[in-house]
Amino acid sequence: MSTATTTEQAHVSAAELAKLNKPTRDGKYWAGLIGTIAGMSFIVIYCILPFYWMIVSALRQPTDGRSTDFLPNPPSLANFGAVFDPRNQFGIALVNSLVVSLTTTLLTLVFGILAAYALARLRFWAKGLVLSIIIACSMFPGITLLIPLFKLFTGNYPSFPLNWMNTYQALIIPTLSFGLPLCVWNLTAFFRQLPVELEHAAMVDGCTPGQAFVKVILPLAAPGVFTTAIITFIAVWNDYMIALQFGTSPEMYTAIVAVSKFTGQYGFDTPWGTIMAAGVLITVPLLVGVLIFQRRIVAGLTAGGVK
Amino acid sequence: MAAASSAVTEKRKKNPLSDGQGTLAALLISPTMAVILFVVGIPILMSLRESVFRKDTAIDPNTGLIPEGETFVGLGNFTAIFTNPQLVPGVWGTQDRLVNAFWNTTFFTVVCVIAETILGVAMALIMAKAFKGKGLVRAAILVPWAIPTIVSARMWGLIFDGEGVMNRIVGQQILWLADGPQSQWAIIISDVWKTAPFIGLLTLAGLQTIPGEVYEAAKVDGANAWQQFTRITLPMVKPALVVAVLFRTLDTMRMFDLPMGMIGQGKYSVETISMFAYIENNALRYGAAAAYSLLLFLYIVFIAFLFVKFLGADVVGDDELKAIAEQRKRQKAAAKAAGTTPALAKSTVTSGSSSS
Repeated sequence: MSTATTTEQAHVSAAELAKLNKPTRDGKYWAGLIGTIAGMSFIVIYCILPFYWMIVSALRQPTDGRSTDFLPNPPSLANFGAVFDPRNQFGIALVNSLVVSLTTTLLTLVFGILAAYALARLRFWAKGLVLSIIIACSMFPGITLLIPLFKLFTGNYPSFPLNWMNTYQALIIPTLSFGLPLCVWNLTAFFRQLPVELEHAAMVDGCTPGQAFVKVILPLAAPGVFTTAIITFIAVWNDYMIALQFGTSPEMYTAIVAVSKFTGQYGFDTPWGTIMAAGVLITVPLLVGVLIFQRRIVAGLTAGGVK
Repeated sequence: MAAASSAVTEKRKKNPLSDGQGTLAALLISPTMAVILFVVGIPILMSLRESVFRKDTAIDPNTGLIPEGETFVGLGNFTAIFTNPQLVPGVWGTQDRLVNAFWNTTFFTVVCVIAETILGVAMALIMAKAFKGKGLVRAAILVPWAIPTIVSARMWGLIFDGEGVMNRIVGQQILWLADGPQSQWAIIISDVWKTAPFIGLLTLAGLQTIPGEVYEAAKVDGANAWQQFTRITLPMVKPALVVAVLFRTLDTMRMFDLPMGMIGQGKYSVETISMFAYIENNALRYGAAAAYSLLLFLYIVFIAFLFVKFLGADVVGDDELKAIAEQRKRQKAAAKAAGTTPALAKSTVTSGSSSS
């Protein structure tokens, strides 16, 4: 008797449960769903469409110029060949970009890891000041630094008679002014996220704070360090003002400056096809890297930008 | 608080874990600070020095040559804006070139940041609702961020070309890349395209920290969607959003790459302060260039100050520093009540709040 009641009760409540669990698919639900899908398609199209136009324009024939056909007809890779025309020196520019970006990234990582650890973990009186200085540097207008450095590197100060224009150091040193704050800031955010208890446990086991950092925190922070490296690399790679100011001869153009100054192989007109092809060539490696590590990069951007 | 004041009178027992951190911190921080001193600090001082000098351009009557020297002019480079204006025709009427650049910079900043914020928040709200295809949208949103500004400038340059696809879409012949209000809008459209997704990304991170229970409670209380948005969503993403908007604002104020790469120099309708200072610098007028760049610097500092003061932008975001600031406030209040000078806290070491 009692068993029957319970089964019956269980049966009824299970049916009710199922009914309750089933989402109500009324007009409002469908409107929301369609709205979300439409919104998402809008975002994707908004982000991709101009980039699609760049790719399409790069894949046209060089003679097509500013054609407004939505598909290249017929598609051709001639523009990509034209990018590497010896007159453009685009290969050298790519090498320059790599040298500058890699060196800056490595330097900022070495300095940044040390500073970020101290800022995230240690207690010292000047912390507020140091953090403020670093954040102030990342908000700084680059042009203010560029002017005296330009006068300095052209040898216009009697105390510094060297001419550093068109050297790698002239491209790398000013880049540190925004690369280093960016790197320290991101790394500090990453180190803060790691539980401090891990270090405490290591210290209880007899590590000094330094050992705890090297043996426990650094291996755990490797993804964060890697992400910071990518973000810094992209920021330096994309820099235009410094590269334009200090690399004035074509052999010292970075890829970004080269794209901005392209004269190209075909015709007297602006060689749009070649420029777009060069743009695609510069962007695609970045995009591949960003898309592979997108989760980490989003985490890094949000950790560094919002805290 | 009690421990902080007693530390002065009694000899505190040495704590092997927290004492000596200052020395280690100094060791770790000093390389970075040294680099920043050399690449930022000293150049600022040099810039200050440059801004009060002017290169001699007058011909020396004795030799008939232009002497290679400079004269101290005090604030002459700054006041030249009023005493000796270089009038140019811009969108805002004929006025001094720097004033014109200032209005361009301000106009770009206000319009771009407002448009980016609205679009970015809308994108974040859509993405927060999405259950499928989130990865695709996130991948798409990173595309504008990863494209170098110069590549984006040339890309939009092709789109906005007189015979380009934008004119085909709108069905008119607009010379977007000429000098005029339309070229300002070309700049604004491409800047918003590149950075609105970025604001969306940062806002989404803020949205995801809001617990769902808050919305459920609001629904039970009968709040409609708009009330939920203005009373819950906006206040709760505000800290994240304000910082994101602050960074975007300061970034737009120093805009250089986009007008330079897309429209080129010497077009007064899109010339920003950064561009003008750059052009003056390359004309070897270091004094004027340094003065203009310092004005931009002061303008940026002023705007950042407004953000921190009135919108409460917490840019530093360090828990320990927040705790110290609060403790100091309490100590000041206590000292005021007691009528003594406050002993201000310098760290939270003795109050036990660990950094997290």
